[in-house]
Amino acid sequence: MKGTNLGEFEEVVLLTIASLMDEAYSVNIVDEISKVTGRKTKLGVVHAVLKRMEDKGLITSELGEPTKERGGRRKRFFQVSHGGKIALLKSKEQRDKLWNLIPDVVFQGVR
Amino acid sequence: MSRREGPPAWMDLVIQWYCKSELLEDLQGDLHEYYERNSKKGRTRADFIYLLDVVKFCRLYTIRNPKIVGRMTFFNLVGNYFKTSTRSLIRNRLFSTINIAGLAISMSIGILMITYISELLSFDTFHKKADRTFRIVSRYESISNDPFDLASTSVFIGKKLKEEYSGFEDLLIMRRNFRKDIAKGDNIIALSGLYSTREFFDVFSFNLISGNPATALEAPYSLVLTEETAKKLFKDKNPVGEIVTSGDESYTITGVMENIPRNSHIQFEALASFETLDSKNRNLEGTTLYNWSSIWQNHVYLVLPKGESPDRINGALVEIADVENAKTDRYTINHKLENILKIVPGEEMSNQIGPSMAWIGIWQLVLLTLFVIVSACFNYTNLSIARSLRRAKEVGVRKVVGASRKQVFTQFIFEAVIVSVVSLFISYILFLLFRPGFKELFLENGMLSLEFEWIYGLYFLAFALLIGLVAGVLPSIFLSKLKAISIFRDASSIKLLKGVNLRKVLIVIQFTISIFLIIGSTIAYRQYKFALNFELGFETENVLNLSLQNNDSKVLKAEIEKLPEVSKISRSGMIPNTGEVWAERFKYNDPLDSVEAYVNFTDKNYFDLHQYEFVAGGTFPFDQEEGDAKFVIIDELMRKRFNFETPESAIGETLTIVSERDNPKVEIAGVVSEFQYVKVHNEPEPCAVIQGTPEDYRHLNLLVQTVDPIALMDKLESIWSSIDKVHTFEALFYDEQIQEAYDSQATLFKIFGFLAFLAISIATMGLLGMAVFTTETRIKEISVRKVMGATVRHLVFILSKGFVVMLLVAAAIAIPLAYLFFSEMVMEDFVNRITIGPLELLSGVALVFTIGFLTISWQTRKAARTNPAEMLRNE
Repeated sequence: MKGTNLGEFEEVVLLTIASLMDEAYSVNIVDEISKVTGRKTKLGVVHAVLKRMEDKGLITSELGEPTKERGGRRKRFFQVSHGGKIALLKSKEQRDKLWNLIPDVVFQGVR
Repeated sequence: MSRREGPPAWMDLVIQWYCKSELLEDLQGDLHEYYERNSKKGRTRADFIYLLDVVKFCRLYTIRNPKIVGRMTFFNLVGNYFKTSTRSLIRNRLFSTINIAGLAISMSIGILMITYISELLSFDTFHKKADRTFRIVSRYESISNDPFDLASTSVFIGKKLKEEYSGFEDLLIMRRNFRKDIAKGDNIIALSGLYSTREFFDVFSFNLISGNPATALEAPYSLVLTEETAKKLFKDKNPVGEIVTSGDESYTITGVMENIPRNSHIQFEALASFETLDSKNRNLEGTTLYNWSSIWQNHVYLVLPKGESPDRINGALVEIADVENAKTDRYTINHKLENILKIVPGEEMSNQIGPSMAWIGIWQLVLLTLFVIVSACFNYTNLSIARSLRRAKEVGVRKVVGASRKQVFTQFIFEAVIVSVVSLFISYILFLLFRPGFKELFLENGMLSLEFEWIYGLYFLAFALLIGLVAGVLPSIFLSKLKAISIFRDASSIKLLKGVNLRKVLIVIQFTISIFLIIGSTIAYRQYKFALNFELGFETENVLNLSLQNNDSKVLKAEIEKLPEVSKISRSGMIPNTGEVWAERFKYNDPLDSVEAYVNFTDKNYFDLHQYEFVAGGTFPFDQEEGDAKFVIIDELMRKRFNFETPESAIGETLTIVSERDNPKVEIAGVVSEFQYVKVHNEPEPCAVIQGTPEDYRHLNLLVQTVDPIALMDKLESIWSSIDKVHTFEALFYDEQIQEAYDSQATLFKIFGFLAFLAISIATMGLLGMAVFTTETRIKEISVRKVMGATVRHLVFILSKGFVVMLLVAAAIAIPLAYLFFSEMVMEDFVNRITIGPLELLSGVALVFTIGFLTISWQTRKAARTNPAEMLRNE
């Protein structure tokens, strides 16, 4: 069924949020993705994905304390919801299954 | 320059404007964070990136929903508004009735005006080329007269344009006064119509049912009938190709056209080809048909090419006029083009080809109507503000629950609109009731139908909304201003008296209007009666004027003379003092001095019958049955104008009548004292009565002695029908004719009277409402006063004082205003007129005062007589 599976970028963002724990707000997420994966990401893309995933119920958000650097504006912190966690696990499980099916010879010479 | 922190403020404003509030804060924060980073590499660059981001984030999910929600509250609350409004209307029955009745009365004439003007504006719009079809109108100026504007023009100008100029598609020449008795076998009917050149069906969008539109009006003696006329003459047969006769002429029917729509400025029963006239006059010596100055009966229409302005043709008209006017110094004639859509309604002009209506008359009616409508709106405003205390708590609760001022305002406007829409339905019924009367009063020949058309429904609704808005705006502002806290803390702290001055002003205005209108109708009535009873210089009593309609006067006279009831009989051309005017130019010895005089043509018995007073000489010595006139009788004005020392010295002198052909000479047979030739309010001019010849006579004047005029009329009619089988018998007593001639004044008086009646009714209802309200609110005060020993009389005085002052102020404003308006504007040019005295001015005031005072005292007496114990028992 479409929609139950995570999109590739969605998964990256979800994993980043999970890894950032309490520090997961949009700018940080963008930075982290760039740092870890080396992919150039734009705030606009991340913002849209965050919004979409929040609508799907994969993540939840709350506003933090106002900070000076943002002109007194509050940050929105994201957390992976229960549904999000299940989706991540499911995704990992699917991949692991597939990995286990691949004989070692396939990747000979690549690693 | 102080260093600004963060991105330019306007960019922030952009994002704040479009972004949803729940997303805005963190999104904007993110962007600011990026901005901080970027600004290390240069501010301009950071600004630019920030701007790009602002634009990029303008996406579907970030954009605010349009503010439908805010607007929806009105629709959500409509049900509630409706409920509270109707409840409040039903609870205050008296006030609702006053409001609705007043608005309904005034709106019914508003509806009438809308129908009336819409129908007038629809005139001639059915012509496909209407926007580029023009007619040529004329302005005639001569030395002795004021210039006057004519809707007619000369055949000359039409032919000249057609032959020597270009720049128009079609040009059409028409002539009025095609009047013939047309016979088909035994079937004879009197037709009136127009002559027209063959372009008629190209210029206008009238449709031919049968016949060829291109050639129908080409040959001489061709006749096109309207469907209705064709039915009368031929029943159901197709008449095309048939020959009909009129005297010794015979016409061929070349076409039948659809009946002319009511909203056409051209109306006729039949069209004859202009070639009919052309063929008769072309080689006739001395014909005046083609003269430059024959501008009284002809009409020229032309169609301009698409997008062409009328300037070029107007230029050509000036060019032609310059050449022609140079040939004489007696008069100048100028022409210009006028679009046919601007004819009805349009400028005021003489010699119209059909029905016409001038803008000025329309504006006057609209203005008077507005008076009454405004008066009714004032009632609503006044009563609503006065009763606002009753609604104050409701407003308070609404405000506490969260209604904004705007919403409260909307609610009360909505309530006013409900009242006006309800009134609209009642007013339409009223409109249906007085529509026939209006039609009869103002619209001759059924020019307008005043029938409902669906588009008017929209106009009416818009009108009702507007009235609701106007009536409701002040109370709504007043109520929406109320503060919840002051309402609940202490209801009496809301000043009831707030707006009292405004209310007083409105009542004063209402009564000023009423008094003004009633004075107007009094004056119009008195002037009308004055004109009817004016000393004319001759007797009209028991004179019966019988229209000859081209019959031989001698034959008819011989028959009628046999009747015993007819004691005297005479013949005349026109009937003085009925608005009809004939004129001729006279000369005495000096060839350079000529006098334009009003004339009549009569036989010798005329003066005796009408008891004219001779100052010298006497009536004509004999009746001229053929040939030219030999004698003339002049009035004193004419005698003085020609400088005859005494009346006697004028007798026997010879005057020359200036005419186009020969100049006949007439001898003065008598001088009569001045008499009323023109209507009473017009300037008297020299008058002359020329000895009539049979072709001059249009009327028989009978002096009758009878107790039974109806039987006499029957006898006369039977004589008439034995001589003339075509035309219907037309006879009227002179006094009736005079009365008809002054109909316009009677109409004026009726309009003023009617509107005054409406205005007074509305104002009185308003006054009643205010009186009820005042006594209700002061009932405790009255009871206390009564307990303390005040008499009923004293209480009535206290309660009525304020109203009486208002009436006095209204009278003080209205009396001078009405005096100035009627004496300086309306009747300024009237030569003989009533003097506007205290009787005219004060009678209206007295009436309004009586009605007003009765209304107030009815209420105040009722209040003053209540038992104080009942009122104070619960305190």
